[in-house]
Amino acid sequence: MDSGTASELIQLLTPEGERLHHPVYDVDLSDAEYRALFRDLVMVRRVDVEATALQRQGELGLWASLLGQEAAQVGSGRALEQDDYAFPTYREHGVAYTRGVDPVRLLGLFRGVSNGGWNPDEKNFALYTIVIGNQCLHAVGYAMGIAMDHTRAHAERTPAVLAYFGDGASSQGDVNEAFVFAASFNAPVVFFCQNNQWAISEPLEKQSRIPLYRRASGFGFPGVRVDGNDVLGVLAVTRKHLADARDGLGPSLIEAFTYRMGAHTTSDDPSRYRLAADLETWRLKDPIERLRSFLWRQQLGDQSFFDEVDAEAEELAVHLREACRAMPDPEPDAMFSAVYAEPHPLVDEERAQFADYLNSFEPVAEEVHR
Amino acid sequence: MTVVTLARALNAGLRRALEDDDRVILMGEDIGKLGGVFRVTDALQKDFGENRVIDTPLAESGIVGTAVGLALHGYRPVVEIQFDGFVYPAFDQITSQVAKLHARSSGSVKMPMVIRIPYGGGIGAVEHHSESPEAYFAHTPGLRVVSPSNPVDGYWMIQQAIACDDPVVFFEPKRRYWEKAELDGDLVPDPLFSARVVRPGRDATLACYGPMVRTCLDASAAIAAEGVELEVIDLRTLSPLDLQTLCASVERTGRLVVAHEAPTFLGLGAEIAARVSERCFYSLQAPVVRVAGFHAPYPPSRLEHHYLPDLDRVLDGVERALAY
Repeated sequence: MDSGTASELIQLLTPEGERLHHPVYDVDLSDAEYRALFRDLVMVRRVDVEATALQRQGELGLWASLLGQEAAQVGSGRALEQDDYAFPTYREHGVAYTRGVDPVRLLGLFRGVSNGGWNPDEKNFALYTIVIGNQCLHAVGYAMGIAMDHTRAHAERTPAVLAYFGDGASSQGDVNEAFVFAASFNAPVVFFCQNNQWAISEPLEKQSRIPLYRRASGFGFPGVRVDGNDVLGVLAVTRKHLADARDGLGPSLIEAFTYRMGAHTTSDDPSRYRLAADLETWRLKDPIERLRSFLWRQQLGDQSFFDEVDAEAEELAVHLREACRAMPDPEPDAMFSAVYAEPHPLVDEERAQFADYLNSFEPVAEEVHR
Repeated sequence: MTVVTLARALNAGLRRALEDDDRVILMGEDIGKLGGVFRVTDALQKDFGENRVIDTPLAESGIVGTAVGLALHGYRPVVEIQFDGFVYPAFDQITSQVAKLHARSSGSVKMPMVIRIPYGGGIGAVEHHSESPEAYFAHTPGLRVVSPSNPVDGYWMIQQAIACDDPVVFFEPKRRYWEKAELDGDLVPDPLFSARVVRPGRDATLACYGPMVRTCLDASAAIAAEGVELEVIDLRTLSPLDLQTLCASVERTGRLVVAHEAPTFLGLGAEIAARVSERCFYSLQAPVVRVAGFHAPYPPSRLEHHYLPDLDRVLDGVERALAY
């Protein structure tokens, strides 16, 4: 297997927090912007830690942790402009955060009170998609629509679409068909692959014998690999590719090379299939610690700044815990309420019958759960 | 008033939908210059442009999946699946995404998509070109399923399906594409999700749809010579079913025969039999009889006349119902 060379990896911030520069991909950020990225990373990790804890406490049925992928998600999410649109998998909690989706909404999905949880058009952030790879075609179709509007309006510049998927999904037909359609229609879409090395228990080499970003060339568009644990690198690369898409240069593929530090989900047991030593290697590449070092070194953040961020994360955690526990179960009738947009006699009939059935029971004192 | 084939009527319906709403777009394989393998989209690309009548790469999941994205962006995609047996690569997108997005979004997302599928046998085709997969889709909550049987319905139903805010799987009886009828473009059409009594009768109800309507009308004409008057119902909509029209008829006749090309087991006839038995139990003089395809893969075309329910098999079913 050809796993690629170090020179293929774009990096603007080393694991030690040293700032590098790249002739094509770079960022020029203000002090406040550097600090904002750090804050994002900490908040997103805190959402993840709290959600994992809430699952362990029985408040969530499941949680898919993003631990280790914070930079890939914050960097790419912050590269989006307001009128761009993102299509996530079910692990994009960090991207959701950058789009302004309340993390409580994400908890709702994993708690089982909703299969969605937000209006996608409010934040230009599609609903989580659980069937692996399906959303890449939706992203391309959405981008085709943007391009069609653009042709109709003779606009110079269009919004762009960011399509998330993982290394496992790179084997799916839908992802490959998405590449074909995007190329064929020159759609303004950027494919963002978080290669976290593991598809549940299957390592990357089960999916590919070459670095994933190189597959783009076979479809006729640019591909690039970025250090997925480097928020600056991810931001720079995603900004550039989104800008190209907006300018009509068509699709491209970004492979964010990262590592899934946690389990696939809270139902998974990674000790059955991977070595603890690998985790140690990747712990040294932690996305938050390298930005912290950089901020310290450059004197962009002092102890009071870091304390402030920690306090804010604590506040967010309290909010999440309280809001999650207070989240009511939906009424049984909710399952019938949006099956169709227009009236449907069978749904109406079953809905009425089930309501009658429920009403046929004697009222009992409400059960106390906790 | 003009005389048109079903293929031509669908073409005229699509043309009118494209004219009426500029968010309507057509997508599919070979639908542009070629006009589709059955010419249903003939000349539409020439008149509406490549941005509205779109030749896609040859990938069915890709067609439906990108249509989802286009619908999310506000378009009303009408996708063509070239043949019934080629819809399965898109089955995942149709059942996991198209059917569920409205519910998943608690109603904030609409999926106004029409999936056109030429279906059924009787044209002497090779394997995968003669199937009747409608039950898979009718079984899926979130989808609507309809099938016109004649040019007039084809013209109106395709426009009504496109105007519907829910996804509609639109099954076109391919062996009836060349049948002709007079079309009046000023008529007020029946609602899309309604069945129609196409021949009144008192002795038994014969329910059918799509390609079987012509067969059943022929069968009822043949048996009328023996003094048996069949009431023929063109179901037109398979999900939702118009049980009101169906049950009103069964209450009059006391007997029901359901005919379709798809296999009998768990086909539309099974559901119709169950529903009618529940609702019309005291009106029924006989068990509901099904005349349909066998539990065997669609056979090579030299055998298809044995597989497809024809006039004689329909009448055999009618006689079984009348024997009680």
